Amino acid sequence: MAIGPQQAMRAAIAAPGIPRDADGPVFREPWEARAFAMALALHEAGVFTWKEWAEALGAEIKRAQAKGDPDTGETYYQHWLATLEALVAAKGVTTLDNLQRYRDAWDHAADRTPHGKPIELTPGDFE
Amino acid sequence: MTGHDHDRHHDHDHSELSETELRVRALESILTEKEYVDPVSLDLLIELYEKKIGPRNGVRVVAKAWSDPDYRARLLKDATSAISELDYSGRQGEHMVVIENTPEQHNMVVCTLCSCYPHPVLGLPPVWYKSAPYRSRAVADPRGVLKDFGVTLPDTTKIRVWDSTAEIRYLVLPMRPEGTEGWSEDQLGELVTRDSMIGTGLPRQPGEVA
Repeated sequence: MAIGPQQAMRAAIAAPGIPRDADGPVFREPWEARAFAMALALHEAGVFTWKEWAEALGAEIKRAQAKGDPDTGETYYQHWLATLEALVAAKGVTTLDNLQRYRDAWDHAADRTPHGKPIELTPGDFE
Repeated sequence: MTGHDHDRHHDHDHSELSETELRVRALESILTEKEYVDPVSLDLLIELYEKKIGPRNGVRVVAKAWSDPDYRARLLKDATSAISELDYSGRQGEHMVVIENTPEQHNMVVCTLCSCYPHPVLGLPPVWYKSAPYRSRAVADPRGVLKDFGVTLPDTTKIRVWDSTAEIRYLVLPMRPEGTEGWSEDQLGELVTRDSMIGTGLPRQPGEVA
């Protein structure tokens, strides 16, 4: 799977309103970059086209604004993440239930891991 | 506070992930299991961006402190508020402390336990910051670590290592290079490097920028 600067630049051009500078996208926190990179990987895997992505993200942002999102850029990747979740479910990659199950498992893993230790998911976290 | 000051700050006994981080991890786990994403190439892509994710915020803080003595005083006294004046408030609520390099003392930041890092001002941590060798050697042999980074300090300069925690994040205020009298904040910003704000590097010298 090739995900590199060129793919990132194409994604940045395709995504409406993405925080970016001349070299490509800019991020505020690590998770934003991970969410960005996951969209790149899914696109490269053929799960969606950038046109589909842009439409879905645009719709998500509109929905958020209608609910009073300040649209200052701070929440941009929140919308990005919500779009990712919705699209992977819509495309049959996984289900929203499964996403919730993994989210709960990570929560469990985080709770049992002392600070400073890497948090890792184990089968026991799903019980 | 060299070494281990964790008793005071690491007293909560489990890690915490924000709701957003939980969702990001959930998605990544599923996509990895289904082989849609490869965590290694994800890391590589993120590494490409690490230098541009935010250190510019720290650069502005340092450049302002170099050119505005009042700001510098506020920054050293209460870094969290002084930084939020520039609108880079730590959104995770961590407390920021800025420590000043002087001819007598050089400061270096590490997180011996994990990779606590002042994201709002410095963006993503470089890969070496999270590595076990840096985390262990920074405390045991800071001068040796600096040498690996190409930094040699006079023997008379003391090196102090600050251990970051989940609640307290440190930013080093490097010394303003000589020969920059009358420079604007933007010009000064050109001299500020990410590593100089972690303490593993020094700012660029005026001759190094065009």
